[in-house]
Amino acid sequence: MDSLGSLMDGFGTALTPLNLLWAAVGVLLGTAIGVLPGIGPAMAVALLLPVTYGLDPTGAFIMFAGIYYGGMFGGSTTSILLNTPGESAAVIAAMEGNPMAKAGRGPQALAAAAIGHFAGGMIGTVLLVVLAPTVADLAVDIGAPDYFAIMVLAFIAVTSVLGSSRVRGFASLLIGLTLGLVGLDQMTGQQRLTFGSLQLSDGIDVVIVAVGLFAIGEALWVAARLRHDGGPGAGIPLSRPWLGRDELRRTWKPWLRGPVIGFPFGAIPAGGAEIPTFLSYITEKRLSRHRKEFGKGAIEGVAGPESAASASAAGTLVSMLTLGLPTTAVAAVMLAAFQQYGIQPGPLLFEREPDLVWGLIASLFVGMVMLLLLNLPLAPLWARLLRIPRPYLYAGILFFAAVGAYAVGGEAFDVVLLLVIGLLGLLMRRYGLPVLPAIIGVILGPSAEQQLRRALQISDGSVSGLVDTPFAVTVYAVIALVLLWPWLRRALPRRLRPAPGASRDPGPPDTP
Amino acid sequence: MTTLRAALRGRSELGVCALLLAVGVLVLTDALTMDSVASVRGPVGPRTVPVLVGGALLVVALVLAVDVLRGPTGPTAPPADEENPAPLAAESGTAEADTAKAATAEDGPAPGPTKAGTAEQPEAGEEPGTSAEAPRADGTAADGAGVPHDWRTVALLTGVFLAFAALIEPLGFPVAGALLFWGSAYTLGSRTHAFTRDPLIAAVLSVVTYAVFHTLLGVALPGGPLMGVL
Repeated sequence: MDSLGSLMDGFGTALTPLNLLWAAVGVLLGTAIGVLPGIGPAMAVALLLPVTYGLDPTGAFIMFAGIYYGGMFGGSTTSILLNTPGESAAVIAAMEGNPMAKAGRGPQALAAAAIGHFAGGMIGTVLLVVLAPTVADLAVDIGAPDYFAIMVLAFIAVTSVLGSSRVRGFASLLIGLTLGLVGLDQMTGQQRLTFGSLQLSDGIDVVIVAVGLFAIGEALWVAARLRHDGGPGAGIPLSRPWLGRDELRRTWKPWLRGPVIGFPFGAIPAGGAEIPTFLSYITEKRLSRHRKEFGKGAIEGVAGPESAASASAAGTLVSMLTLGLPTTAVAAVMLAAFQQYGIQPGPLLFEREPDLVWGLIASLFVGMVMLLLLNLPLAPLWARLLRIPRPYLYAGILFFAAVGAYAVGGEAFDVVLLLVIGLLGLLMRRYGLPVLPAIIGVILGPSAEQQLRRALQISDGSVSGLVDTPFAVTVYAVIALVLLWPWLRRALPRRLRPAPGASRDPGPPDTP
Repeated sequence: MTTLRAALRGRSELGVCALLLAVGVLVLTDALTMDSVASVRGPVGPRTVPVLVGGALLVVALVLAVDVLRGPTGPTAPPADEENPAPLAAESGTAEADTAKAATAEDGPAPGPTKAGTAEQPEAGEEPGTSAEAPRADGTAADGAGVPHDWRTVALLTGVFLAFAALIEPLGFPVAGALLFWGSAYTLGSRTHAFTRDPLIAAVLSVVTYAVFHTLLGVALPGGPLMGVL
């Protein structure tokens, strides 16, 4: 009841003409950037971060929400039309959507995706409204050891669940942690890894790391292979997206099922939308009466996963806003943006900044309605963006990334730093080191260190101080489970072979 | 000797191990040579975490090295240099590009494109790739799998980017930004309109960005002498 009242206040904030304008700008910009081939929502958010510098926090985050949802929608548009998913979550959309587009049913695929995003986002955000204040209330009581445990869980989960090689995941995480160490020690003011440089003593801005690893790394990576890639996609004829009655009958259930799968996965640090979209796809395939169409353009395979992806974005916001725990790259960049304004997401956020939080949540609803109203009619225009020649596209990315880095602090040094980190990102892509652990390491590393030191200060240096709450013990048990999972999985089926499938869930271990 | 070289071929990933090792050593040295501060509160000082991170970096570097040496595993199964005997060194890439240019010699840029400060411009035209590479240009580009890399372009882009960093303050954002866009587009293979449409796009993009950031968003970018005149 209380949260409903706060939400109404939030709508009061979000529906002012100026904030409506920011939401619209965010949705349009997000879609425009997200629709460019190879650019996912994380890169869209990172690239557009500097655009929000001049705004007040509320306006900035309202715009951000628009960029996030717009970027996701834009990404699936590209996957469907060009088969070039910008991030792993959009891969599934390409699997069914692209065959549909090739068979001349592009408009239907886009409509199924757009409405799926809308449905998933709406349901997910309602769940966010219901759950977030409760989670925040519970989280108020947790102390430094618990926080440290949660952060360790995030580190371990993000390196173990994602990607195929744990060593590389850990390497990436450590690179991130190292970058996070640079600067003055928060507690003593001791210089660390600054090499006497004045510019480095402020630390490396997270925005520069994010833009460098995502945007510059990706642009250079593409540049290294550009001439071997195909050119831009051939002109894609596209009319306005729409759905017939028959398609509606096939899609409404997947739209509603998607969020059930997507939302919980978004809230836990298991790699965002990748797993839920896949699970949703499998579910829809199993439940569909048109199972034979899967792989050749089944509309359920677009509707369900897109709805799941959108709902998982809302789930991501639950842990981001209430615990300050980013579970996806986009959330990591958003967390960086919060820190930019001196706001620390966490349980107290709902008490300290109610206007901002509820304005943000309300603007999620507003953004989704706008997305639906703007993007269905504008889809042919977005499709035209796909014809931008690749050299312009990547020159543009470099250009805006440079603008962003310079705008952070107004120093040319930051541009050089951006380039160095971009080259690092290129190296990581070249050798299959996942980027997300590095970002999480940079962002969470410093606060994890602070919580660790605080916890040990309380316990007077005794390591037992880290495990003296039931909550922390539980979290460490989960961490052990995640770490031992490959061996457990190998051991379990052998013992349970008589009853196949009993415990062979393909997903990662559930976290409470 | 030859066996060693053969063993190392296709294992350029060991470079990553070396890098991780170097960073680990760096972090450890930095942490251990840190002046101890009197104001340390609590039992854990500013050294603890760097020591942990540095140590972990060393361990991961070793584990990764074992992983690489043990055989073609991991997401980036042996890079392209298995089939394409040319090592990934930049120099050989240059040589390759030059021969390709000699062979194709089509609409190369005007001799000696002189653009103030934007590093040396590429001289090679849009070499269409050597025959060995062509069949694999299927556009799907699974990350890291089997596509030979054009490190020359990366090096040139790096140069363009550094030039931007050097020029933004003396020349101002509109000029430096336009040079950045034009230089990048050129390096990335935009040749047809290199001296007609491209500079125009670069200039418009740069000036509009400057204006939007300056007036609408309130983020100050250096205007430079040009904006001083206007």
